[in-house]
Amino acid sequence: MSAPTLEVRNLCTHFFTRAGVVKAVDDVSFTVDRGKVLGLVGESGSGKTVTGFSIMGLVDAPGRIVSGSILFQGKDLATLSEEEMRHLRGNRIAMIFQDPMMTLNPVLRIDTQMIETVLAHEKVSEDEARQRSRDALGMVGIPSPDERLKSYPHQFSGGMRQRVAIAIALLHRPELIVADEPTTALDVTIQGQILAEVQKLCATTGTAMIWITHDLSVVAGLADDIAVMYAGKVVEYGDVGEVLDKPLHPYTHGLIGSVPSRNKRGEPLRQIPGMTPSLLNLPEGCAFRARCPRAQADCVQRPELREWLPARLARCHHPHREEAAAA
Amino acid sequence: MSVYLLRRLIQAVGVVLAMSLIVFIGVFAIGDPVEILISPDADQMERERAIKALGLDLPLWQQYAIFLGKALQGDLGRSFVFNEPALTLILQRMPATLELAFAATFGAILIGLPLGLYAGLRPNSVGSKAIMAGSILGFSLPTFWVGLMLIMVFAVQLGWLPSTGRGETVTILGMRWSFLTADGISHLIMPALNLALFKISLVIRLTRAGVRETMLMDYVKFARAKGLSPFRVTFVHVFKNILIPVVTVTGLEFGSTIAFSVVTESIFAWPGMGKLIIDSINVLDRPVIVAYLMIVVLMFITINLIVDLTYSVLDPRVRLEGK
Amino acid sequence: MSAVVGTPPVAPAKDPAKDKVETPFQRFVSEFAESKLALFGLAVFTVIALVAILAPWISPQNPYDLAVLDIMDGRLEPGSRNGDDTMTFWLGTDDQGRDMLSGIMYGLRISLTVGAGSAFIACMVGASLGLLAAYAGGKTDSAIMRVVDLQLSFPSILVALMILAFLGKSITNVVIAIVVVEWAYYARTVRGTALVERRREYIEAAECLALPKRRILFGHLLPNCLPPLIVIGTMQVARAIALEATLSFLGLGVPITEPSLGLLIANGYEYMLSGKYWISFYPGIALLVTIVSINLVGDQLRDVLNPRLKK
Ligand SMILES: Nc1ncnc2c1ncn2[C@@H]1O[C@H](COP(=O)(O)OP(=O)(O)OP(=O)(O)O)[C@@H](O)[C@H]1O
Ligand code: SF4
Ligand SMILES: [Mg+2]
Repeated sequence: MSAPTLEVRNLCTHFFTRAGVVKAVDDVSFTVDRGKVLGLVGESGSGKTVTGFSIMGLVDAPGRIVSGSILFQGKDLATLSEEEMRHLRGNRIAMIFQDPMMTLNPVLRIDTQMIETVLAHEKVSEDEARQRSRDALGMVGIPSPDERLKSYPHQFSGGMRQRVAIAIALLHRPELIVADEPTTALDVTIQGQILAEVQKLCATTGTAMIWITHDLSVVAGLADDIAVMYAGKVVEYGDVGEVLDKPLHPYTHGLIGSVPSRNKRGEPLRQIPGMTPSLLNLPEGCAFRARCPRAQADCVQRPELREWLPARLARCHHPHREEAAAA
Repeated sequence: MSVYLLRRLIQAVGVVLAMSLIVFIGVFAIGDPVEILISPDADQMERERAIKALGLDLPLWQQYAIFLGKALQGDLGRSFVFNEPALTLILQRMPATLELAFAATFGAILIGLPLGLYAGLRPNSVGSKAIMAGSILGFSLPTFWVGLMLIMVFAVQLGWLPSTGRGETVTILGMRWSFLTADGISHLIMPALNLALFKISLVIRLTRAGVRETMLMDYVKFARAKGLSPFRVTFVHVFKNILIPVVTVTGLEFGSTIAFSVVTESIFAWPGMGKLIIDSINVLDRPVIVAYLMIVVLMFITINLIVDLTYSVLDPRVRLEGK
Repeated sequence: MSAVVGTPPVAPAKDPAKDKVETPFQRFVSEFAESKLALFGLAVFTVIALVAILAPWISPQNPYDLAVLDIMDGRLEPGSRNGDDTMTFWLGTDDQGRDMLSGIMYGLRISLTVGAGSAFIACMVGASLGLLAAYAGGKTDSAIMRVVDLQLSFPSILVALMILAFLGKSITNVVIAIVVVEWAYYARTVRGTALVERRREYIEAAECLALPKRRILFGHLLPNCLPPLIVIGTMQVARAIALEATLSFLGLGVPITEPSLGLLIANGYEYMLSGKYWISFYPGIALLVTIVSINLVGDQLRDVLNPRLKK
């Protein structure tokens, strides 16, 4: 078998702010194979977006990738020059941003913003680039794409803009797409359409995808694997069905709610007590300690991501091992 | 769009009326109209005849109506000094002032934009700090002082540039222009730079702030995520966004550039309307003063109107809202 | 329903440095002192102000006393001795044989008095109208703010020219012109702050107690508008000095008998072309240093007192 599309190993991305070092991404590892979808979940500020930017090579000062490797088809992106990286971006690796209202440049027409993307990576005529842009718009379900190409972003609703952004990401049929909460702004029917579209794309073209989201139900329906992030670290990683059914980590457990089963959705979500810790000057040991119902004295020691069950990893000294193993 | 246009037009007319009322009150209620409008050399007979002729015995509101009516016909009185219609005098000198103001405005954009762009893209470099320090000076130094320093250095010490007048001019459409001859340009450089100084600082500030703000925008990051070259990101995605506010503000400042040319023209003996107004205030040639004020106010309001409309053309968001 | 990850707010980081008990004034002083440049500006300005105040006692010559002037000493270079060999003109002399150093000291006095005085009057007028607008609201508010907007849309020099054209040229009229130019800035600032402050509890409490309007306005609202007012005021003093100098330079300001810096500069202008730079140059430097030092102080005041205004 060939190398996985993406393999992130012990990635650390820190922000060196005046107030101190923010370890936004701290020892994150995961693998995405061809045609597979990895769901990356975690609460706000847990470092999901920064992980995505790190892969894209878009971390700006005061942030920096401190250590770790990002192997894209076996090649370490962290060691590429900016110019080499630029040839991959938008071409073989694409990203869809979190906020569709802010993604498109307000003073440039849609066609300008799409055609420039085509021309950035391929020497084709402008007509052909326009043709490609129109096809891409059609693919994401935008009616009368010819007319729409001549519009400005503010003439589109949030959902339409996100579809344009998705269309831009698809222009070069990338091998990897980082999708940062791409459907949060869309209404449910369109969300469904887009999800189906994406699944089809992954299956047919072999595109690998990282799907960042808050929404566990989307992950359940879409992803193959799931990585749960907490305070910059992956705390649980494994097959999506297994993790959601029988989470190992107390945090994942808390996320899913009192009933660790996806069959009983509809019940109100039980809140995890306490607050996300500040990523500034995180204490040693488990970051979840203050909120964890299973915490014990040894949790002041830093837990490592460990394979507790076959292909089931968790970063915890006292995972819900028995429940998970029982099934 | 047309509703917007109409509303802006009505607004502009309102302001012009308000200003004409202020000038009228200034001249007739605060100052002594007889002294203002009738030559101080006139004898008693002439005065009385003039008072009648000017309608100064009528009630104030009627006088205002007459003033306005005459103003609309382009009659703003005759200069005592030149014994010519005040309006003609002003209009004769206007091209010189306009030339200076245009040169200053373009100079400000030409110099300010690249400097501001650099300062915005490399905010921590020594060059940027120097640029910003310079712009603070540009804001706080009085124009006339800088003008003097320019003369002292470039005209007196180095002898590179002439310090007074317009130099050789070329006449086009009955108006004289300096910028078409080498000699004229050498005369134009210092005054234009002097007048531009404040705007250069302004453009630097605006551009730098704009660049720094825009660079943080998601759409710039997205443009990079698309794999665009840094050149295209900077000069299309960032630049186009900051160009709109910068051009708008510089345009809006055009009126104030014309007003401030009073100072520059006095220093460099530039024969524009600013020099004329100072001379007129000094010799109390009041019809000319009134004419100048009305003309400048009118220009000012027209410029604001034009800039507003241009802005709505430039920025697609505003353009649409108007529809 | 879908299970959505909760998003509790992140606790604000505590700053240990702020735990020490400091009076607001002490904190203000220490924050102000953080900028060396601002301290330098303050020191320079203090010296300038002292020179201006003490000019009659420390200047080498009384430049207004025509009896001590000797036309034979006219236009002497800096460092020359006078005809009687009794004094040195460190900064040279003007065409009347007046010692430039003394002239500058007295000129500073006039520039600072006119600048600070007119800025103060403008502040009084503007702050009162701004408060009134904020407090009265409705028609009064919109009428006042209309005028403010209209006026701020015209450049200062045009407004000043207009006033001087109506009233004629004199020192009083220069002050009036500066006041008319500047009041609108104060009015806008005070109104903005007052509108925010009005909603605060202590004003509502004062209103409940049915305190007289005047007391609420000046006893409660105004003190809270002070910080932005101080910031604007400092900057406007510098602008007032510059505007006065400009008007005097144009010959529309102070009388020739008691020249301010602007007029000194204007007097030397014609000699500058013949290389006798000092008559204009040194007053110009004095003006420049004054304005820049005030602006340095003002910049830091703005950063310390009103972080929202930070650029
Ligand atoms: N430029 C920056 N400077 C300093 N800290 C930063 C910067 N960018 C991000 N961070 C920090 O990194 C952490 C992770 O942020 P990130 O945007 O990745 O969170 P997220 O998981 O995407 O959250 P959300 O679900 O709200 O999008 C946050 O605590 C944030 O404060
Ligand atoms: S390591 Fe300890 S504190 Fe952390 S999640 Fe596991 S049990 Fe809880
Ligand atoms: Mg995010």
